[in-house]
Amino acid sequence: MALLGIAVLVLGFVLRAHPLLVVLAAALTSGVAAAWTPGANAGSLGAAALHTLAAFGKAFNGNRYVSVVWLVLAAIGLLERMGLQERARQWIAGVQAATVGRLLGVYFVLRQATAAVGLTSLGGQAQMVRPLIAPMAEGAAEARLGPLPDAVRFRIRAHCAAADNVALFFGEDIFIAIASILLIKGFLEQSGIVVEPFTLSRWAIPTALAALAIHGFRLARLDRSLRRMMPGERR
Amino acid sequence: MIGLPHIYVVGGVFFAATAWFSWRDAGRPRRRTAAAFWALLALSFLAGDRLGDLGNGVLVLGLVVLGTLGLGHGTQPTSTPGERRAGAVRHGDRLFLIALIIPVTAFSGTLLIKNTHWGGRLVDPAQATLVSLVAGALLAIAVAHLWLRPKFAQGERPQRLVALREGRRLVDQVGWAAILPQMLASLGAVFLASGVGTEVGRLFSEHLALDSRWPAVAAYGLGMALFTVLMGNAFAAFPVMTAAVGLPVLVQRFGGDPAVVCAIGMLSGFCGTLMTPMAANFNVVPANLLELPDRNAAFNAVIRTQAPTAVPLLAVNVLLMAWLAFR
Repeated sequence: MALLGIAVLVLGFVLRAHPLLVVLAAALTSGVAAAWTPGANAGSLGAAALHTLAAFGKAFNGNRYVSVVWLVLAAIGLLERMGLQERARQWIAGVQAATVGRLLGVYFVLRQATAAVGLTSLGGQAQMVRPLIAPMAEGAAEARLGPLPDAVRFRIRAHCAAADNVALFFGEDIFIAIASILLIKGFLEQSGIVVEPFTLSRWAIPTALAALAIHGFRLARLDRSLRRMMPGERR
Repeated sequence: MIGLPHIYVVGGVFFAATAWFSWRDAGRPRRRTAAAFWALLALSFLAGDRLGDLGNGVLVLGLVVLGTLGLGHGTQPTSTPGERRAGAVRHGDRLFLIALIIPVTAFSGTLLIKNTHWGGRLVDPAQATLVSLVAGALLAIAVAHLWLRPKFAQGERPQRLVALREGRRLVDQVGWAAILPQMLASLGAVFLASGVGTEVGRLFSEHLALDSRWPAVAAYGLGMALFTVLMGNAFAAFPVMTAAVGLPVLVQRFGGDPAVVCAIGMLSGFCGTLMTPMAANFNVVPANLLELPDRNAAFNAVIRTQAPTAVPLLAVNVLLMAWLAFR
C-alpha cells in the first residue's frame, strides 16, 4: 500500500502539479497507506497522517544543511553588482581562440577532473555558471557572431548549465570519499557485503570516459549549430 | 567547536533578511506571501530544534501552501548595465580573485579541518566542507567591502547591508525551488520508514520475469533512471532498486560483482537526474538563475540540453554493467 506514495508522485508529475505540493502529498499518502488496514477508521488514519507529518518535519529539520548553500548567493550577488559578469565577458573577448564549444569543453574537462579528486565545490550553478561561465560563453559568442538573438543566447546558457551538471555527476564518483560512494558502501555492508571505496570508485571510470566522449562530441559540434541559428545564415 | 548550529544561525539571518526585504519591497506582487515564506524558513533555521517534530511538520505545511500560492518576483534595484561595465573596468581581475575566495576557502578549509589537530578542535570535522563554504562566502563579502568598497549610483543613498540585498535578489530568482532539495531528502526518509523499498521489490519479483541476465541488467539500470526521475534523487532511488533487483537478482542469482553492479547502477541513476524537473538544484535552479524563458516548463531548456547526453550514456551504462559485472 505504501506504493500509493509513488503513484501520487507519478500523478503529480503527469498533471504538472506544484512540486512542493506533490512531495508533501506523496509523503502523507505513503504514511497513511502504510497504516491502512481493512478495519481502519478515520481516527486512526488521521493519527497516521499527523504521525507522518511529524516524521516529515523531523526529517526536514535534520536536512536543513541542504539549503545552507544559498548563503553563497549573497557574495555572488555583491560581486555581480560590482561588475563580475561584465569582467568575465570582457576577459573572454580578448582570447582570440575562444568559442562557446571550446570554452565549455575546457570547463567540462576541468570540472570533471577536479570533481574526480574530490574538489566538487570548485564549480556549481550558483558559484560558477551564473557569475562566470555563462557570461564568458556569451561573450565568446558575441565576439565571433555579433549581437546574439535571444534563442541563441538561451541555448548557450542552457549548455553552460548542462556542462557543469554532466561533468560533476560523472566525475565525482571517481573520488572515494564522495557521498554516493559512501552510501553504496554502507548499503552493501548492511547486506553483509564488504567492499572498499576504492573498488567502487574504480568502476566509475568507464562511465566517466563515456560521458566525456559523448558530451565532448556534442560540444565539438555546438559552435557550428549556434552559427546556423544566427539570422541571415544560409543553411 | 563550530558546527551545524552556528551555520544554521548564519543561514537563518540570511533568510530573515530576505523576508524583511521582501516585506519592504512595496512594488512587489505577492510581497506578503513571499515575506511569510522566507520568514518561515528563517524560523526553521533559527529555532527548528525547539519546535518539536509536529511543529516542524506544520512549518513545512505552511511553506508548501505559501510556495504553491506563488511568491512573485522582487523589484530589487541593483546596478545598471552601464555601472556594471564601469565596475568591471575599475575593479578588473580583482573581481575574479574575490569570487575564487569561496571555492578556495571551501577546499583548503576542509583540508585544514580534517588534517590538522587544531583545525579538528576548532570546527566539527563532520561538517568541515559546509562550515568552510559558509566561511568562504562570508570572507568574500568582507574582502569585497574592504578592497573594492561597493560604489553606489549618483544620488542613491548608500545602502546598508548591500550583500544581503543582493543575496535576496538572487535567492528570489530561485524562489520556492530553494527548498525542493530539502523536501526531497525528507520524502526519502518518510518513504524508507513506510517500507516503500520492500514493496517495490515485491512488485518487481512478482511481475517481471527476470530469469535471464540481460533483461535483469536492463531492468535494474533503467529502473534506477526511472526511479530517479520520479524521486529527483539517485540516492533515494538506489536503496529501493538495489534491494528490489540489484542484490537479489543480479548479485545473488546471477553472480554479478556487487561493486560493479552498485557503482554503475548509481551512475545509471545519475542519467535520470539529468532528465527530471524534480532534481531542482541541478535542473530548475540554474534555469531560474540564468533567467531562461521556459524555466517553469516541466522539461525546460536545461533538461532538454542534457537529455541527448543522458539517454546514450544510460545505454552505455547498461552495456558496461552487463559486460563488467559478469567477467
